[in-house]
Amino acid sequence: MLTLNCPYCGLDKDETELAYGGEAHLKRFGPGSTDEDFESYIFGRENPKGVHFERWRCASGCTKWFHAARCTVTMEVFGTYSAQTFEPPKAIKDAISKKRPGWTWRNFS
Amino acid sequence: MKRYSAFAIAREAFRQHKGWERAWANPEPKKAYDVVIIGAGGHGLATAYYLGKNFGITNVAIIEKGWLGGGNTGRNTTIIRSNYLQDPSAAIYEKARSLYEGLSQDLNYNIMFSPRGVLMLAQTEHEVRGYKRTAQANSLQGVTTEFINAQQVKKICPIMNIDGPRYPVLGGLWQARGGTARHDAVAWGYARACSDMGMHILQKTEVTGVTQEGGNVTGVETSRGHIGCNKLGIVVAGHSSVVADMAGFRLPLESVPLQALVSEPIKPCMDIVVMANTVHGYMSQSDKGEMVIGGGTDSFNGYHQRGSFHHLEETVRALIETFPMIARLKMLRHWGGIVDVTGDRSPILSKTPLGGCFINSGWGTGGFKAIPGSGWGFAELMAKGHSPLTAEFGLDRFREGRFIDESVAAGVAH
Repeated sequence: MLTLNCPYCGLDKDETELAYGGEAHLKRFGPGSTDEDFESYIFGRENPKGVHFERWRCASGCTKWFHAARCTVTMEVFGTYSAQTFEPPKAIKDAISKKRPGWTWRNFS
Repeated sequence: MKRYSAFAIAREAFRQHKGWERAWANPEPKKAYDVVIIGAGGHGLATAYYLGKNFGITNVAIIEKGWLGGGNTGRNTTIIRSNYLQDPSAAIYEKARSLYEGLSQDLNYNIMFSPRGVLMLAQTEHEVRGYKRTAQANSLQGVTTEFINAQQVKKICPIMNIDGPRYPVLGGLWQARGGTARHDAVAWGYARACSDMGMHILQKTEVTGVTQEGGNVTGVETSRGHIGCNKLGIVVAGHSSVVADMAGFRLPLESVPLQALVSEPIKPCMDIVVMANTVHGYMSQSDKGEMVIGGGTDSFNGYHQRGSFHHLEETVRALIETFPMIARLKMLRHWGGIVDVTGDRSPILSKTPLGGCFINSGWGTGGFKAIPGSGWGFAELMAKGHSPLTAEFGLDRFREGRFIDESVAAGVAH
């Protein structure tokens, strides 16, 4: 059972109390964008084996969306953070670097 | 290759079984091949087999990180059916099902195909309407299925309780010519036939990179050195995104664990396959007598071959109402496999942005049943550049919005 700490209400929540929202930090491309950008935004996914950033919702708690940094192989959680950001905070990146030196994900490292 | 036959068994019985040969060779890699297939699972081996059989391309290597058939081919619940709603799906799955019928003879290897019938339970009014529609679509597609009522369901499968308070059985979609096959034997049979044609199956050889020049693929870097090729087929199921990343493109896939479990062996009690999509569970009885039960996928990405326990709880809890007798069964083993799922729940058999590189992926939770059809179509695509079986399954369908939406017909249980 995956357990995540909601950064808003501060409670540890089991995966059955959360809703998964897919890959985090997607840049939205809407009307007027190229077909390539729109397709990439809608369908293209990192789907990495290792460090991943994703969106979760505290569905049966405070109902807010938040972000999590997680390893998709070991299920290790590196930390959770606010959804009000375009990239992971330095503390999260440092926590990942400690466990997974040299990691990269899209433009982050 | 010596043929397997009743005569061969009798002959070997008289000489203490010392005359059996190895089923496939374990060669050293050559510097280059015409075609390299990454992934020696069912789909990869079937692709190689039909490249050789239908197109005479035998200078082929099939590269496998682990052992052949050790991924999802060895982890699925072995169900074979073709009762899909959309025409392109019905075409490729029915091609696969019909090839399965003659596969043991074709490969000279007993894959133990058992056309025992597949029943998909309708447990809500919505499912009744949906399956009636599928049965109509199937009759137009030339796939033999019928919608049967609850009493007929009870007659076909007497151990079922059709009067459950929460999940009553209202009817079912019955495909009498669906069934099961021995999953390992499918991989082994294809491997033996490929090896016999002179193809190289390179096990314990991990691909670490894809080399390219001028937009065309030139080979793969592996743990046993560089292997050159003119054409590359990526057939790696759950790890498709990882290998695509080496080749420099992204895929519309998410990888999630799908779980299954088997019980202790019991006496024969159910001679069909039953799928219950409302409760995310499906069950059949193996030749050994184990009840083979499949569950749902995790909601979030994962490459850990376990899956979340609560999905098993939900599956079994719901199945117990429909099959009261399994409440007292002990479960022996449980495992997970990593499946690659697309947005429209249909596979990708396609050219890629990299010249000479093809991909066969996205089979999600239901790849085993498609192995012969997938190999047939993908081999044609790789050899000729196009195939009527795979034409609708290209990567471009995502850009153009031509989805093959099977999420209703096949969203959960395969």
